[in-house]
Amino acid sequence: MPHRLDVLVCSGAACVSNHTADVRDALQSAIEAHGLSTEVRLVETGCMGPCELGPILLVYPEGALYIRVTPDDANEIVEEHFLKGRPVQRLLWEDPAARRIAEEKKQVAFFERQEKVVLSNCGTIDPEDLQEYIATGGYEALGLALTERQPEELIQIVLDSKLRGRGGAGFPTGLKWQLAARAEGDEKYIVCNGDEGDPGAFMDRALLEGDPHAVIEGMTIAAYAIGAAKGFIYVRAEYPLAIRRLEIAIDQARASGLLGEDILETGFAFDVEIRIGAGAFVCGEETALIASIEGQRGMPRTRPPYPSDRGVFGQPTLINNVETWGNIRHIVLRGADWFRSIGTESSPGTKVFALSGKITNTGIVEVPMGTTLRELIDEIGGGIPDGKALKAVQTGGPSGGCIPAQHIDTPIDYESLKELGAFMGSGGVIVLDEDDCMVGIAKYFLEFSCDESCGKCVPCRVGTRTMLSILERITDGRGTLGDLEQLQMLADTIRSTSLCGLGQAAPSPVLSTMKHFREEYEEHVQTATCSAKRCKALIRYEIDRAACKACDLCRKACPVEAIEGTPGEPPYTIHESVCIQCGRCFDVCPFDAVRIESGKKKQNEVEG
Amino acid sequence: MVDEKLNRLNRILKDYSDAPGPLVQVLHRAQEVYGYLPADVQLRIADRLEIPRSTVHGVVSFYSFFRTEPRGEHMISICTGTACHVKGAERIVDMIQEALGILPGETSEDGRFTLQDVRCIGACGLAPVMMIDEDVYGKLDRKKVEATLDLYRNA
Ligand SMILES: Cc1cc2nc3c(=O)[nH]c(=O)nc-3n(C[C@H](O)[C@H](O)[C@H](O)COP(=O)(O)O)c2cc1C
Ligand code: SF4
Ligand code: FES
Repeated sequence: MPHRLDVLVCSGAACVSNHTADVRDALQSAIEAHGLSTEVRLVETGCMGPCELGPILLVYPEGALYIRVTPDDANEIVEEHFLKGRPVQRLLWEDPAARRIAEEKKQVAFFERQEKVVLSNCGTIDPEDLQEYIATGGYEALGLALTERQPEELIQIVLDSKLRGRGGAGFPTGLKWQLAARAEGDEKYIVCNGDEGDPGAFMDRALLEGDPHAVIEGMTIAAYAIGAAKGFIYVRAEYPLAIRRLEIAIDQARASGLLGEDILETGFAFDVEIRIGAGAFVCGEETALIASIEGQRGMPRTRPPYPSDRGVFGQPTLINNVETWGNIRHIVLRGADWFRSIGTESSPGTKVFALSGKITNTGIVEVPMGTTLRELIDEIGGGIPDGKALKAVQTGGPSGGCIPAQHIDTPIDYESLKELGAFMGSGGVIVLDEDDCMVGIAKYFLEFSCDESCGKCVPCRVGTRTMLSILERITDGRGTLGDLEQLQMLADTIRSTSLCGLGQAAPSPVLSTMKHFREEYEEHVQTATCSAKRCKALIRYEIDRAACKACDLCRKACPVEAIEGTPGEPPYTIHESVCIQCGRCFDVCPFDAVRIESGKKKQNEVEG
Repeated sequence: MVDEKLNRLNRILKDYSDAPGPLVQVLHRAQEVYGYLPADVQLRIADRLEIPRSTVHGVVSFYSFFRTEPRGEHMISICTGTACHVKGAERIVDMIQEALGILPGETSEDGRFTLQDVRCIGACGLAPVMMIDEDVYGKLDRKKVEATLDLYRNA
């Protein structure tokens, strides 16, 4: 018997950490208590997108979207909504843009402005149930490919679609398939790159957790197209839920003849194995990843030979990113023309982005390529919280750059971002507001690359360290204008002489911030100030005499006894020479009397 | 106890004896059994997989996920990825360091907690976040950090 109501419970990683399981259990018991078990069906889905608002429930047929649900709300939802048909208003999403409560999911700008292709099943089906995947058209593309398409035809479709790799560089996927198909080898391998190492990127995670069969289906189609019998899905160890759901999906596919010796009774054989990463960022680079699959240290090697000629165990290997794989079944089913009708001429299709940082709606979104940053941030993302001003958008992680607020109308595609000195990268979008220091951000990324350099080549290993120490000097207020020139020189050398993409792109965050925010660098070196008040050495904590109520909390909180005062006798004072800028006083003050002021600590003053 | 672990290790080694390029996966499984990768375990793995001991050591030291020191009962991983960084991860690290009296990479004297900083655990939408064992705690501030630590301290 079909159910009267379908209740989708988001079980993406963020909602899981917000205790979605407790909500599910509470709903389950309330449903049973009201005798609705046969009428209401609970489905646990992958990530629905708006992670910050979790746990999230979506109730069909009406499409009511509940946010920040707690186990205590379960009874009310079941009684009022499921039983009496009156959605619980106080838990529905109040769309900040429309200033109204959305009765339906599709009324919310966050969803309305998206176009879900790759993520079409994420948040709508139970990722642990193969039948649900099949019910939404899953494995149809594979059936079509195996029975009605020749391998060459499939490669042609992917070529014609102009799909570009979603792992960062945007290399034409069809071309890669063609190279791998033509390469000679005893055996060929298919690899899924699920290392997703860029901090601030969690798109691949959402897809692996929310629709694992889509990735497996894409890989299987490619295996048939290039003549491979074995595949590896490389997932980072930090994603245990993704690994678990993939294991379930692989077992189910094997049991149903969708993986293994005789797929869909066509005689075609293909199987996949999961390989778990071990915490090295450089392993996202394809040659390092291959070394890691082989059980070695994940060190990149020079290309050529490219993996399509010599990859896993020296054999021709086709390696694509998770999201790239997720596109394949749609392209095979709906055709290259359909795919090219979405997005832009040079970058067709959609792109999944992970929004985080200073943005109202953090989470996962999918939009057509060519969508502007403004649409992404203001309309879908709900703008910057706390009335702050947008300063920049960081894309492409440690290999990327910062796009300043004045370029917010730039359409997002591979070329436009590159022109701005940024980089599409894998889809992490980190929004920065007026409180962020761009020099500090550049330093942060350089520190990351420096830590993650595998050490194989000198420019990357030593060069990034030298750049980092210059940046440290600058954020300490000891930099000079000459330092800026030196940064530029070092950056150019590292870029042109490093072996792999990690080193080659490591200077990008510095270069792009020096280009767009040069005045901030100059401010740090010329006046030793940080107007964003982020650089520790360039700020002071002070107590506002008028606001201080002498409650004594700050004095108790200070770990170094830098604060002096007597309870009940305001104001208190902070001894600058003792203060270590830990900010505890700022955190504990109930009256906002502790202020952060720009300006260097006096005893630190150094000439130059 | 010890023998039970050894049995499990032997079974893992047997499972992977025919697999190509098994080292990283075997190390993962071995670390699940022992909690870390002591020298004698590394030696056994090297001998049984017929891989030079220096190679095994090289792989263990290359990947940050592999530990050569025993870890505490609970592993606290503080995310210092970009999204968390811009939302004040540094302060969270300070708070926890201070609360537990240990630095990242160290284990508390009572063996309860090991602290580490990690690069993005993919829950950026909830930044700043930390993970205790496999549970993620998001939107951290001083209050939430203290409440969460208490949860484990009093357990
Ligand atoms: C340092 C570095 C890290 C990378 N990390 C990833 C990653 O986490 N995920 C990914 O798919 N590609 C990553 N790449 C890109 C891969 O080398 C490769 O180009 C990609 O997996 C190819 O798949 P695609 O054509 O589908 O994009 C990285 C590259 C470099 C240089
Ligand atoms: S550029 Fe850096 S990460 Fe890449 S191979 Fe050289 S040292 Fe290793
Ligand atoms: S940056 Fe902290 S979870 Fe991604």
